[in-house]
Amino acid sequence: MADYIPHTEEEVADMLGFLGMNSLDDLFAHIPAALKLSQGLDIPSGITEPDAAALFNGYAANNVAANLLCFAGAGAYDHEVPPVVRALGSRSEFVTAYTPYQPEVAQGVLQAVFEFQTLVSRISGLPIPNASLYDAATGMVEALNMAAGSTGRNKMIISSGIHPHWRQTARTFAHGTGHETIEVPLKNGQTDWSQVDCADAAAIVIGYPNYLGVLEDVSVARALADKHGALLIVGADPVASGILKTAGQWGADIFIGEGQPFGTALSFGGPYLGLFACTEELIRRLPGRIVGETVDTEGRRAYVTTLRAREQDIRREKATSNICSNQTLMAVTAAIQLGWLGTAGLREVALACARGAHYLQEQIVTIPGVQAISDESFFREFAVRLPMSSETAIVEMAKRGFLAGVSLSQLCGESDASIEGDLSRVLLIAVTERRTKAEIDAYVQALREVVSQ
Amino acid sequence: MSNFAAPGGKASSIPLVGREVEPTLFEMSVPGRRSFQLRTTGVPEMAIEDIIPASHLNPKMVEIAEVSERDLVAHFTRLSHRQFSVDLGMYPLGSCTMKYNPKFCDAVAAMTGLNGIHPAAPASLTQGWIELLWTLEQRLVSITGMAGATLQPAAGAAGELTGLLLIRAYHEARGENRTRILIPDSAHGTNPASVTLGGYEVTTIPSNDRGLVDLDILKQSLGPDVAGIMLTNPNTVGLFEEEIQEIAQAVHESGGLLYYDGANLNAIVGVLRPGDMGFDVVHMNLHKTFATPHGGGGPGAGPVAVSERLVPYLPGPRPVRLADGSFGWSNVATSIGRVHGWHGNALVLARALAYITVHGSEGLRRVAQHAVLNANWLRVRMSGFLPAAYDRVCMHECTLSAASIKAQYGVRGVDIAKGLLEEGFHSPTVYFPLIVDEALMFEPTETESLQTLEALALSVERLVIRAQTDPESLHAAPRSTPVSRVDEARAARMLKATADAS
Repeated sequence: MADYIPHTEEEVADMLGFLGMNSLDDLFAHIPAALKLSQGLDIPSGITEPDAAALFNGYAANNVAANLLCFAGAGAYDHEVPPVVRALGSRSEFVTAYTPYQPEVAQGVLQAVFEFQTLVSRISGLPIPNASLYDAATGMVEALNMAAGSTGRNKMIISSGIHPHWRQTARTFAHGTGHETIEVPLKNGQTDWSQVDCADAAAIVIGYPNYLGVLEDVSVARALADKHGALLIVGADPVASGILKTAGQWGADIFIGEGQPFGTALSFGGPYLGLFACTEELIRRLPGRIVGETVDTEGRRAYVTTLRAREQDIRREKATSNICSNQTLMAVTAAIQLGWLGTAGLREVALACARGAHYLQEQIVTIPGVQAISDESFFREFAVRLPMSSETAIVEMAKRGFLAGVSLSQLCGESDASIEGDLSRVLLIAVTERRTKAEIDAYVQALREVVSQ
Repeated sequence: MSNFAAPGGKASSIPLVGREVEPTLFEMSVPGRRSFQLRTTGVPEMAIEDIIPASHLNPKMVEIAEVSERDLVAHFTRLSHRQFSVDLGMYPLGSCTMKYNPKFCDAVAAMTGLNGIHPAAPASLTQGWIELLWTLEQRLVSITGMAGATLQPAAGAAGELTGLLLIRAYHEARGENRTRILIPDSAHGTNPASVTLGGYEVTTIPSNDRGLVDLDILKQSLGPDVAGIMLTNPNTVGLFEEEIQEIAQAVHESGGLLYYDGANLNAIVGVLRPGDMGFDVVHMNLHKTFATPHGGGGPGAGPVAVSERLVPYLPGPRPVRLADGSFGWSNVATSIGRVHGWHGNALVLARALAYITVHGSEGLRRVAQHAVLNANWLRVRMSGFLPAAYDRVCMHECTLSAASIKAQYGVRGVDIAKGLLEEGFHSPTVYFPLIVDEALMFEPTETESLQTLEALALSVERLVIRAQTDPESLHAAPRSTPVSRVDEARAARMLKATADAS
């Protein structure tokens, strides 16, 4: 048993004496006896840190995916996180701080978040960012709530090019908000808006690129939103902003994105970083915190969380969101990572991802029986249909040293509006700037073997 | 009286340096400077126009900043020096449980075999992670006295909303249409905000003059339209709801469910279990009780544990141990669905399991005992100059009131809180809970030494004396911090949320 309590036995006795008590149990004497645990908790006894390290090393060793070259994406990408970003992002002043409620001693986090917000605004092309949300999936729910509040409507038109998990999350929270969620199918990898009734829609949601990597014509969605008085929500890959048009340039009212690619390790899915930005018209409905610049009593530049009257601790049941803790450390890390990349680096990463993905896609479709599911343009990710189950292919590829991609049957279940026909043979493949030509060539060779077996 | 031969340290002993403004990353930018280095991939350098249609290309570069690696390091290191943290000094922030965050838990989260794993990698390649999550779920279920749990919610508020959706699913499955949730007037603001998002209406229950839920009014408020009640126990003034069994019985008899807001679990962990008090749903803030670092405002983690009757509705997929001893994922048709993009804040979950593993049953019990000991010692130690709002044994935090200081000297609770920053301590929570006039809520946690508590008490005493002798200096405090009080009204009136805003 170990703990981090500093008190000696003498000190505890001394403190109890000060309180006129004889034992630690006396502190709980006012609690009904029937409620107290007579035995301890039904969990193992404590062990020392070195003993526990052995246990956790065992868990880590059983994650054999750690040793594979990563070609999986679906919103979680294997980007370079350099030592300088790890070192700065793990500074304990950032790691062990609380929410910046006292700005006089929280200028470090506040300024870093202000810089993060500036970067989110530039990447999204929208003027009003927030200080982060949990992840992109819950960020989309916040965007839907914002659209409902803004339009007074509750019908949500969501392209099935939006990540399946984001859509599933939206369906879950719709149980509480009463939103009607309508998922629009894809055809050839692009959203097929032709059959959907957008009348009285609060929001039209589109992925850019969509989760299958395809570059959609966002202007079609914008036109639909204009026609029906709905807000346009664009869920964009933030890395794409290194070369592609921003959500704001496409006319988005709200941008949401997954910020994991900016300095956060794959981490088995969390903690990640929900990116959010919107137009000035929507500012009073912004979810969560926002940092603003101001001055102190001596006129010096200072930062503080602002527009607080929207938030749960003040507005209570009328708040724009219930969010309190967000993902500040990931936001600070993203600011550091983007500072490291700089203007040229962001473009170079985006370009390297796109080039690697296109190089791989050209090779992979030469394998007999492997077909692209769409002939539309894509950014850094694409889906192919294999002549075998994609789950089996992933297991076989792992034996050859590759995490081959993401199986759509694992991601979506048995069927999904994003894929026409059987999705159990569909594999989603991503390439980042960390994958070399030699690795890509070896991947293609391995997949060639696997599908020919 | 105690022996204070060893003085308690405080953050004023170090330079929380800098009274000068730090430039922004954008102001430091010089065109052409760079710090990034990427792999040499050897991939053919196709022209961008050949792979992406022109209609999608941004004619402009998105400007980030152009700084050297050396300047990047200096900038963020200087920012870090303008930031208070647990590692620097005591953070007696009531209701936030800012205890020491063991470095061991960070080391676990830094293991490549944990943080290098893609969340969509199949179960056969991620056995260690699924076993870790499954084990944590078992531990949290034991700690709370519940039957099952979800680890997906990313923070306490996300856990609250998840819990409310579980309550909704339960009632709907029974064909009942219940519309109201009861909440005490002392509740955290996230509670009513979550209730609205859960599709319910809030009915506020007043506290009695002992700071506890008024049982008579509670009983009158119950009815066939009440879905449940959200309670924090100990409550937000740091007092134990002694009539919890009567409350639970009354709520259950009317067909409602009890939700436990685990924000204050640190007071009872290993000593009591919410399940034994009659609660049906419990969320835990792992960044409080289980010491995962708070990151300047997140990430947290807000797992939700539930009683047997709510297990079928838990978010999926859930980690399971299969018959052959291996681990996998399970999804059931009755689940409310997922509440997170992947499996929750996994590295936070790993840290929490590391903390629980080291402590074990007895260690966790000692956590609660010493947290309550420290809070009571501080309450009594300060009673001569800053009285408690409720003069009796508290749990892990004590709510004091500066109302009499304000009446006598015109110095408000916020002035005392700002003065403490000059003394090298973080402020306590001010003006919460709302039911206490000029509330100052101190939560020392179990990891602060007696000497540190004494140093804090002496600082507060000095401030109370200053309130009498030199109140103006407290209105102007703090003066020794990187910035003095900031103009919050201006920040809201002339919003500048980015460096590009005019």
